[in-house]
Amino acid sequence: MRFDSLLDSLGRTPLVGLPRLAPSPDVRLWAKLEDRNPTGSIKDRPALWMIERAEKEGLLSPGCTILEPTSGNTGISLAMAARLRGYRLVCVMPENTSIERRQLLEMWGAKIISSPAAGGSNEAVAVAKRLAAEHPDWVMLYQYGNPANAAAHYESTGPEILEDLPTITHFVAGLGTTGTLMGVGRFLRERVPSVQIVAAEPRYGDLVYGLRNLDEGFVPELYDESVLTTRYSVGPREALRRTRELLDREGIFAGISTGAVLHAALGVAERCVAARQRADICLVVADAGWKYLSTGAYTGTLDEAAHRLEGQLWA
Amino acid sequence: MAIEVSIPTILRQYTSGEKTVAGKGATLAELLSDLDLRHPGLAGRIVDDGGLKRFVNVYINDEDVRFLGGLETPLADGDSVTVLPAVAGG
Repeated sequence: MRFDSLLDSLGRTPLVGLPRLAPSPDVRLWAKLEDRNPTGSIKDRPALWMIERAEKEGLLSPGCTILEPTSGNTGISLAMAARLRGYRLVCVMPENTSIERRQLLEMWGAKIISSPAAGGSNEAVAVAKRLAAEHPDWVMLYQYGNPANAAAHYESTGPEILEDLPTITHFVAGLGTTGTLMGVGRFLRERVPSVQIVAAEPRYGDLVYGLRNLDEGFVPELYDESVLTTRYSVGPREALRRTRELLDREGIFAGISTGAVLHAALGVAERCVAARQRADICLVVADAGWKYLSTGAYTGTLDEAAHRLEGQLWA
Repeated sequence: MAIEVSIPTILRQYTSGEKTVAGKGATLAELLSDLDLRHPGLAGRIVDDGGLKRFVNVYINDEDVRFLGGLETPLADGDSVTVLPAVAGG
């Protein structure tokens, strides 16, 4: 496959079967390997879509500064694209994220502003909104509310999955900005009437949920509950166990959020077996494990690894 | 037998700092009423007249109750309930 530039190579990622993890020949699992994107995560899609939309609308021109609250992957994708297109990037990132994410952002030339660990990404969003008000010339793409985020998945991820797996019955992905689930979910629902859209949401340690008033919580503007069939909360121990299982059984070295997604997908698969239903379950591998090596996710006992993730934004 | 309920940091002022409390009820609504007897004020932080508050998520055995039956979701002995504030990802 030949492309004119790195950005042109975005998408068209492989969909690979997971025959050893599938519970029966009639209930199959398929992994969409989104780590095979230019910077190694699914976020390359929304990042490029958001930048191109802003360029078309005349909001961005070379020399502009982009501002974004991000726990890592979106920032890394934006940093790469910004470098190629001639923009500056300022990322607001919670301080409790892995060191690799910081290193990658700096490598591509982004400036990082740390937000307090307590409160996690909610705090990063709040800090970014304050900065946006102070710097009216900066362009905040705002992945949580930018329709181009979901559109990237409606226009690329969704069609790719349906083309490779026309018999799809379930789609399972991580819930963060909700962009993947909203975009792919809407696309599939319009074409596969009985499809089930399942969200796997990471459950963090107490610190991440912060001490703010409950009335100041955060639900991304993109989120539309009606697109989902259901939503599971997955803790770090289960996420780590499944991340390791994916490596041991299928040879796939994925990030920790993928473990949470696999946990939800295997739960769905078990229920299909019990109900004697045929199923083709597609799950998203949002990124590979490289950025999480320093967290110790892949070494020692599960309890030790889960303990090390306490207080970290691991997804 | 009882239902174990995990309480987020922000609401532990109502549970004397306890991370988990036990309650009973045939539905989530009944469970919250039961908890409120021993932990006055707790239920009012989770629900209002319109049902579950917008920035609060409640899970029964790790599944979001908004996709089950909301406050009318049936409960059984041994179920685990988790209450969490809504947070951002990405």
